[in-house]
Amino acid sequence: MNGNVQQVYELLKQVTDPEIPVLSLEDLGVIRDIDVNDSEIIVTISPTYSGCPAMEVMEQDIVDVLKKEGHRVGLPSNIRVETQLSPAWTTDWITEKGKKALFEYGIMPPSKSGEILCPQCESKQVELISQFGSTACKALYRCTDCLEPFDYFKCH
Amino acid sequence: MQDYVQNLADNTLILGQRLAEWCGLGPFLEEDLALTNTCLDIIGQAKMLLEFAAELKEGNETADDLAFMRDQHEFKNVILVEQPNGDYSQTMLRQYFMDVYHVHLYQALSTSTNQKLAGIAAKSLKEVVYHLERSELWIKRMALGTDESFQRVQASLDKLWHYHHELFEETESLTELVKQGIAADPNVLKQLWLKDVNALLASTPLEIPQKGWKATGGRKGHHSEYLGLMLCEMQFLQRAYPNSEW
Ligand SMILES: [Zn+2]
Repeated sequence: MNGNVQQVYELLKQVTDPEIPVLSLEDLGVIRDIDVNDSEIIVTISPTYSGCPAMEVMEQDIVDVLKKEGHRVGLPSNIRVETQLSPAWTTDWITEKGKKALFEYGIMPPSKSGEILCPQCESKQVELISQFGSTACKALYRCTDCLEPFDYFKCH
Repeated sequence: MQDYVQNLADNTLILGQRLAEWCGLGPFLEEDLALTNTCLDIIGQAKMLLEFAAELKEGNETADDLAFMRDQHEFKNVILVEQPNGDYSQTMLRQYFMDVYHVHLYQALSTSTNQKLAGIAAKSLKEVVYHLERSELWIKRMALGTDESFQRVQASLDKLWHYHHELFEETESLTELVKQGIAADPNVLKQLWLKDVNALLASTPLEIPQKGWKATGGRKGHHSEYLGLMLCEMQFLQRAYPNSEW
């Protein structure tokens, strides 16, 4: 990574998912490429779900952060955000740090083994309430031990 | 090619718009959320496909222009997706038919020789697989539920069955695209679709109507009366206040 690209990467750590503020773009694993030339910064990201309204907000936030902070470190002020469909984004790209942050925030992170724990009391005694939670990426569960409902970030 | 992508785009756009009508009216809260999230995925797919359709037109039209500024006869969707929501059994049966179709369609298109189409399909496939799990469960639940739920889903089957044929219509230009490895073969899709649907129906007392007719025309722009009414509502804002944004 050259110096400019590294600087953009650092700045982008400020951009978080508006619906899950504990997850940064980096945690979500959506940043595919950063290109900085003399006149512009091009950030390429993978959309999570095709209809996810958070994506548009994140694209705008990328532009805002780089415009606002970029000039201080001498980066160009023209920002372009491109989306790349393939390979399709997968929850495997969520970082370990991101998964930990989700659990602490009260959302069970994607579980490849299929084992779903209650983020409140870590009980394995849970039941599915609905295949979709508050957003398309989550399902709604309930812990039958502490009785708290919680979101599960589905494997995708 | 443009025609093919426009058909796929319009199928998702019109289906998505129909599902959006349920927003806030679902039978219970969790189901309301689930159906509107399904709707959001499908509208997202429509957006990707419409952007591609606009690109293929090589004019100045954007995806939004294609959604909001075309008239009824310019829409290429199958007539099934514009059918009214009816009761929940009708909505879910229409959804089930389209989910099975989309799963096989996107599976086939994910290896299309057209990179763009392959990318959209691979992305969308992950979403529709999940939709299918839900709609399949609903059909079973209603078919094996009470007398009334069975009667209702049977009535919806009697009504909607005749519309599925249109999903698998062949045209000369489509055959050409299939040869080039761009489009999915409608005959293969039909076999896969029938296999899945028959298997599900066989696990319930539901019966396919013996006699009937075949819906046709949507892909040429000949629609049922329902599409125009839907477009009036969907397009009103952009027609009355062109280029307005929020
Ligand atoms: Zn618990």
